[in-house]
Amino acid sequence: MLSGNLNVVGYGLSAIGPGIGVGIVFAAFINGVARQPEARGQLQSIAFIGFALSEALAILGLVLAFALQ
Amino acid sequence: MISSLPTWLMQAPEPPAPGFKAPSGEDFNIPPMFEGVPVLEYVDKPVIQLIFSVVLILGFFTIATRSAQLLPGRTQWLAEKFHVMVRDSIARDNIGPEFRKFVPYLVALFAFLVVNNLFGIIPLIQFPTFSHPGMAYALAILTWLIYNIVGIRKQGFVGYIQLMTWPPGVPGWVRIILTPIEFLSNILLRPVTLAFRLFGNMFAGHLVLLLFVFGAEYMLLIADSVLLNVLSVGSFAMALIFTGFEAFIQLVQAYIFTILTASYIGASLADEH
Repeated sequence: MLSGNLNVVGYGLSAIGPGIGVGIVFAAFINGVARQPEARGQLQSIAFIGFALSEALAILGLVLAFALQ
Repeated sequence: MISSLPTWLMQAPEPPAPGFKAPSGEDFNIPPMFEGVPVLEYVDKPVIQLIFSVVLILGFFTIATRSAQLLPGRTQWLAEKFHVMVRDSIARDNIGPEFRKFVPYLVALFAFLVVNNLFGIIPLIQFPTFSHPGMAYALAILTWLIYNIVGIRKQGFVGYIQLMTWPPGVPGWVRIILTPIEFLSNILLRPVTLAFRLFGNMFAGHLVLLLFVFGAEYMLLIADSVLLNVLSVGSFAMALIFTGFEAFIQLVQAYIFTILTASYIGASLADEH
């Protein structure tokens, strides 16, 4: 017997895209720093903005998983 | 068609079992402290934490800068380092030449967020203030007002709307789709995602900690199986590891909120070409 809420499956689905996106963002960041180590400071703030924007979908999914009962 | 579903999907969920009760959103509703008193009844734990954090930050910066010296002591050094970090790597890199007048807001915002988020793992407090969505909405609305007002002042109302929704060099037929999307994402959805990001991270992080700690408590004290009692050590260890991870997430979220505020202000102030 297994019981639970399908919303959580929805959250899992919504986390796939942002997971890939965050990976791409930080891969590009690492690439950039490897090619030009002195640009690290500038790249870091850009990387975190990109990370925050792509992570938004997963967070929306999490909030909706709890909000819609 | 429904009958082809596996049986465990068709059974109604059991009424709350006597066993382990997983933590949920209900655990975030802390009962009010002053029940029935006219104004004070709205003051609960998160509100007290907000006030406490303001007192802490004010006290720290007052003490650190009261007798400022050329050769800074330890407290003054920390305050200066904090200020310079926000000024250089957040404000100047994201806002551009006019960054100076926004530095006080950004420093205050970052300090406020760092202290309130770290309340989530400080013993005896252990509740992140922004895991209540209302708190996060208030901060996001403040940022929304600032970047819109600043943009309208600099560009004029029409110029600002044009800057936000009319990116140059786009063919005409694309604008039919692009302009509504730009309006939606730049004006309407920015405060929503800003607030949800902060709230969601704090809420989820605290929920994970609750899950491991409650789980360990249940396995150690209530479950009547020796195997579970022994395995509770793992759950406690996970709670400790996730506390460290939470500290990192909380600092990163404070940083992201501040840096996004700065970059929204920067986008409102940007020259058109």
